[in-house]
Amino acid sequence: MDDSSWSRAFPAELTPKELAWRLGCSRRDFLRGAAGLALGSALVSASPFVRGDVATKKRKVIVVTFGGGARDQETFAPQGQENIPHLMNELIPQSSFFTQVVNEGILGHYVATASLATGVYETLNNFSSLPPQHPTVFEYYRKDLNRRASDAWVVAPSNGFNRIGESDYRTYGQGLGAQVVLPKHLLTAAMSGTTTDYEHLLRDNYETPLYTPQLGGSEFELQQLEGILKLSVDDFKAHARTLSSPDELSMYIARQLLLKESPGLLWITMHDIDIAHAGAYSLYIEGIRRTDRLCAELWKTVQSLPEYAGNTTMFILPDFGRDADQDSGGNGFQHHRTGDAASRTTWMMAVGAGVREGVVYDRRIQSTDLVPTLGAMLGFSPSLSQGKPIPELL
Amino acid sequence: MLPRDLKIEQFNGYPPEAHKLIAAHLAALQQLPLSFVPSLLREVIDYDYKFPIERAVIEKELVKLSSLSAAQLQEWFQAFSRITISAKLEHLDWVDQPAQFVEQLSEYLWGTHQLDAFRQAALEYGDRLRTAAPADPLPVRRLGIAVIGQGVESYDAPLFRNLREHGTYFGRVKPEKGFDQVLDAVAARAKAHPMPYGHWYVDGGQAVDHSPLLTCVSYQGLEPVRAALLRNIQTEVERPGMGPEQLRTHLAQMSPSDLGMDKNGDAVLDRFQIKLLTEGSGTQIFSTTFAQWTAREALRRAQTLTLLVRFAPRQRQRPMNELLSSSNSNLELDYAGSLIDADMGSYYHWLNQQRLPGADQASFLVWFEGHSQALAISPTLPRGTESNSAMNLGDLLSLVTT
Repeated sequence: MDDSSWSRAFPAELTPKELAWRLGCSRRDFLRGAAGLALGSALVSASPFVRGDVATKKRKVIVVTFGGGARDQETFAPQGQENIPHLMNELIPQSSFFTQVVNEGILGHYVATASLATGVYETLNNFSSLPPQHPTVFEYYRKDLNRRASDAWVVAPSNGFNRIGESDYRTYGQGLGAQVVLPKHLLTAAMSGTTTDYEHLLRDNYETPLYTPQLGGSEFELQQLEGILKLSVDDFKAHARTLSSPDELSMYIARQLLLKESPGLLWITMHDIDIAHAGAYSLYIEGIRRTDRLCAELWKTVQSLPEYAGNTTMFILPDFGRDADQDSGGNGFQHHRTGDAASRTTWMMAVGAGVREGVVYDRRIQSTDLVPTLGAMLGFSPSLSQGKPIPELL
Repeated sequence: MLPRDLKIEQFNGYPPEAHKLIAAHLAALQQLPLSFVPSLLREVIDYDYKFPIERAVIEKELVKLSSLSAAQLQEWFQAFSRITISAKLEHLDWVDQPAQFVEQLSEYLWGTHQLDAFRQAALEYGDRLRTAAPADPLPVRRLGIAVIGQGVESYDAPLFRNLREHGTYFGRVKPEKGFDQVLDAVAARAKAHPMPYGHWYVDGGQAVDHSPLLTCVSYQGLEPVRAALLRNIQTEVERPGMGPEQLRTHLAQMSPSDLGMDKNGDAVLDRFQIKLLTEGSGTQIFSTTFAQWTAREALRRAQTLTLLVRFAPRQRQRPMNELLSSSNSNLELDYAGSLIDADMGSYYHWLNQQRLPGADQASFLVWFEGHSQALAISPTLPRGTESNSAMNLGDLLSLVTT
C-alpha cells in the first residue's frame, strides 16, 4: 500500500472494529511483503516452549513499550519502513509479530502502561501520582514465584510513572512490586546546582510539558546508583553527557541493570517519540528512528550476556497508537485523543526464547492479554487480570 | 442539575449577544440531554467573540433545534440520551463552565468505555445537521497556499509525498519574486471577494508587508504574548495544588489583556490568537507547529476562503549531550527539520480545507520557497501526474484557480 491508497483503504464510514481489522491486515501484508514472513494461522505446530527447546536456565522476560505511540504511516507502511530499519531487518525476521493489538482503555501513557502491566483497563488519573488499582505483573511474578525485590525492575521516563511498580491492591501491593528507576529524575538530582540549560530536556512528559507530578512512591534514589548499579554519580553524569536523549539514558540504565542485577523481569518504557505532542513532525520521526535503534541495541546486549542469551523473551509493543490524519477530531500524528481505530490499534513483537521466528498473526488480541501470557510463560497466576493468554506464544 | 431545569437567569454571566441567543432558544435546550448541552454551550458562551461564520453556524444550529418537535428532538438525540452521566458531573456548574464540564465528561467517557458511543452519536448528529441546514454557497472557490522550506538551500528527499496523488507536481517553477506574486494573488482575491475574516495570511516568522484586506497572524508578531504566557504558566505551576487540569482551566480563562494585548485591538482576532497559544500544544515553542495549528484553526473556525501559510524555520531541538555540556542558549534554527515539519503541515492544511463545504471545487498549492518544486491541486488539474511546464508562481496560481 502506498501513501495514496491509505485513505481508500481506511474510509471514514468503516466502524472502529472494521478499521482495526484493516489496520491489522495491512500490517500483515506489509510484513509478508517486506520481510517474507509466514502467516501464523497456517502453522499448527506447538511453540518451542512446549517442545522444550528453551534452555533450562531460568527464563527471563523483557518488555519494551515502543513509546509513546507511533502510527503505521511512520513505521510499518511502505513509506514508514525507512524509519524502522532495525525492526524490519533484524528483529522482525526473528519474531512472532501480532498485527492487531487493540487497547480499549484510556489512551494516556501512564494509565495505558499501568493497564498493560496489570492486564486490566485501569481508570486512574493519567496525570496523578497514583498506583495501579489492580496487582501488577511484578507483584504476581514476585509473590507467586517467591522472587527477590531485585528480580523485577521498571525503567520509566517520567515522575508520573513512579508508582507503576506496585498496586495498592489489598493482598498484593507494598513490598511485592518492582523497583522503579526514573533516569530523568536521577539526572535532575545529579545535575542539581549546575547551570546548564537542560531543564526542558528533563521535563516530565510531553503531554503536560510544564507540569511535573510530585514523587510519592518508593523510587530509586541517586544514592542507590552506587550501591546497586555500581555507578558513581560522576560516571553517570559523564555518560549522560554522551547521550542524545532521555530514552538513551533509560537504555543505559537498563543495560546497567542487566549487568549488575540480572533481573528476571525487566520493563522499559520508552518515551522519546511522544515529542510528537509538540507538533514537530521531524522530531517525531527522529524519535521513532532512535527507538528503533535502541530496541535493536538492547536485543544485542541481551544476546551478549550469558545470563540472558538463549533464555530471554523480549516483547516490544506500543502502549497505543496516535490519531489518524483522517480523523477531524484530532490533529493527526500530534496526539492520541480521538480514540479512533488508529490510536487504539497497535502491534506487538515477541522475540527470543520460546518464540516462533518469522511468523505474523493477524487475529485481534487485547493489550490486556500481555500479563496473562507472561504468567503462562513464567509460571505465575495473574488471577485478577482481565486478559487471556495468547496461545500462539505458549 | 439537568437541562430541563435551565432558567434564563442562570445565563446572566454570559456576554450580551450570547445571552440573547440563549433566551431565544432556551425551550429547545431544556429538552436536550446533558451529554450534549454543555458542548453546545461551550460554543455559545464565546459567541460574542466568534468569527461571523461561526456565529452563523451556531445560529443555524439553534434555529434548527428550536424548529424540531419534542418527538423529533427525542429521535435526533436518542444516542446522546443513552450516554450515562455520573452524579458528580450533573452537579458541576456546566452553565458557567461548559468547557471544564466537557473536559471532565471526556475523561468520564474514556473511563466508562462510552467514548465510542459518544463519538458515534456526535458524528450522526453532525450528519443530520449538515443535511437539515446545508451551508450557504461560496462566493469563490476556496484556495489554500502553503509556502514551505524558507532558508533551505538544497533538499534531496522527495517532497509533497502525501499530496502527490491528489494533484500535479511541477518541477520547473520559476521561483524569482515568487512570494510577492503569491501575496499579490491573495490580495487580489480579497479585493474581488471581500468577506470579514475570509482571506488570511499566516506567517511562521515575521509577516512581510501585505494588503490590509488580509487577516494576518504571525509567530513573531506574537512574541511578547508568548513570552508573557510562558512567564504566567511558570508562576502558576509553582503554586501549591496546581495540576494539569487546574492549569488548563486557568489558561482557558485568560483574556488578551491578561497577556498584554491592546484592549482596543480586534477582540475577535485577539481571542483567536490567545487560544492558539493557550489551547495549542507546542505552538508557544515551535514556529512550524504554530503555523500548522493556526492554519487548522483558521480553517475550522473562520472557514477561510483564502488561506496563505508561510512556514519559517523553527528553533533547533538540542540533543541531551549538548544541553548537559553547555549553557550556550543561543537560538539556532533547524532548517531541514522545519521543511519536514512544514511538508507535513501543508498536507494537514489541505486535509482541513477538504473538510469544509465546497471541498470538491477547492484548490491548493504548495511551493518549496525559493526553489522550482510545487504541487497544485484543483478540480481542473490532473491528479498523480507531473508537469514539465516552466511557469512562475503567478501563472501557477492562475492555473489553479481558473
